[in-house]
Amino acid sequence: MEGTLSTAADPGSRLRGSRCADCAVAVYPADPACPRCGGPAEQVVLSGTGTLWTWTVQRYAPKSPPYAVPAAGFEPFTVGYVELPEGVRVLAVLDIRPEDAEIGMPLTLAAGDGVPRAVGARA
Amino acid sequence: MSAEEVMVCGVGITSFARTEDDGRQLAVRAVRSALADAGLPWSRVRAAYGGSDAAGNADTLVSELGLTGVPFINVRNGCATGGSALVSAVGAIRSGAADVALAVGFDKHPRGAFDPRPADWGLDEAYGRDGLMVTTQFFAMKIQRYMHDHRISARTLALVAEKAYANGVRNPHAWRRKPVDADEILASGMVNDPLTRYMFCSPGQGAVALILCNRAVADELEGIPVALRAAVVRTRRFGSFEVFSPWAPPGTPTSVSADAARLAFEEAGLGPGDIDVCQLQDTESGAEVMHMAECGFCEHGEQERLIPSGATAIGGALPVNTDGGCIANGEPIGASGLRQVHEIVQQLRGRAGERQVPGEPATGFTHVYGAPGVSACTVLTR
Repeated sequence: MEGTLSTAADPGSRLRGSRCADCAVAVYPADPACPRCGGPAEQVVLSGTGTLWTWTVQRYAPKSPPYAVPAAGFEPFTVGYVELPEGVRVLAVLDIRPEDAEIGMPLTLAAGDGVPRAVGARA
Repeated sequence: MSAEEVMVCGVGITSFARTEDDGRQLAVRAVRSALADAGLPWSRVRAAYGGSDAAGNADTLVSELGLTGVPFINVRNGCATGGSALVSAVGAIRSGAADVALAVGFDKHPRGAFDPRPADWGLDEAYGRDGLMVTTQFFAMKIQRYMHDHRISARTLALVAEKAYANGVRNPHAWRRKPVDADEILASGMVNDPLTRYMFCSPGQGAVALILCNRAVADELEGIPVALRAAVVRTRRFGSFEVFSPWAPPGTPTSVSADAARLAFEEAGLGPGDIDVCQLQDTESGAEVMHMAECGFCEHGEQERLIPSGATAIGGALPVNTDGGCIANGEPIGASGLRQVHEIVQQLRGRAGERQVPGEPATGFTHVYGAPGVSACTVLTR
């Protein structure tokens, strides 16, 4: 994810979610209704940094389809949930080395062509 | 008018090992075996409920079982298929609508991991394309966080699987019947950290049938009846952490298993401390660890002491998954929940053979958990 760090502050690359006006529940991706109370939710741009809530490593290639094997071949990759200040934990591919993954580590989260992706942030 | 008591008067199970049989053939065999166990003919069944996730409709079994005109309702409820069929059969007995009812669950899945499609789950195609539609990732991430919060070690995960294979050795209808020790389990190759290959169950095949009846019918039969004191199915509340979620809410996750277990104990008028033997969903080792606490059998973190001490082994204080659970039996989705009930019934009747819990257990509990946040629990007593 070349350039992710430098573009993370740009709202254009930040994730667009939604938040309920009544119960302050934030979700990703945006949902017109709050999953807790069913009330209307407003679109919000979510924070670009958070901390790692949990993680694992995908050690084998998932079934294709639906998985699209990268042109360079399958390499194990790290996935996890990044907890943002809004109180939402977002599932993302972590562009970090598996051995560096640690619960609580700061991460920068950004929208891309596919699922959200995160890289290590400077604490 | 008070509700009728619900008794389990007959149980039938097929081998869970891979064979050429199709799911329906297995189901017919399980139903016939349950009827023979009860000592009742198919014509005495007044209501039938059943289903599979991937092996066809249960109501078509009447072609083989006999065209008696019995109302036969298909259930397709994912991992709660068996539990939902059972709850329906319980309702028929309790209400007095039927004095004998059947619940049957069966399945047969292709080898290898399940392969869900993003659209079926309301997810963007990117989640499949980028490799996040993998059920094992979810199980790994849930236990990863749990181990961090409650100081559970990888060795404890391995010991859960070691026990499952040891119990499978003693169970003639288990699929995996070879012992595997903790060191080999830890060294079997990481699938999704911290879970290794031998810590997981695999999609498989099998069928289970239960014949339920009221007290009056049970009193006329020769077998040892077991009372089904509670059967509960629940779906998740807000705040839970589930498979295939692009996001999760903050805080300590709520648990549908805890909700279902609590209700089942309330319905039965018993508590976790009263239970002599239990069956807890063990899709992988971590699930059994977490479900011990979620269902109320210990405090969070206590598993790190209980499991290495042998408390959950067949001779322990609280035997868990005495038939080898999903890890040794595989996971035929429609059959798993009823397999658990079958095992408890046999344990309470003193008919569990080499895997019999000593001391004449009198109370048992079963627990199923599945996607997308559903749980079914039962309480049984002798």
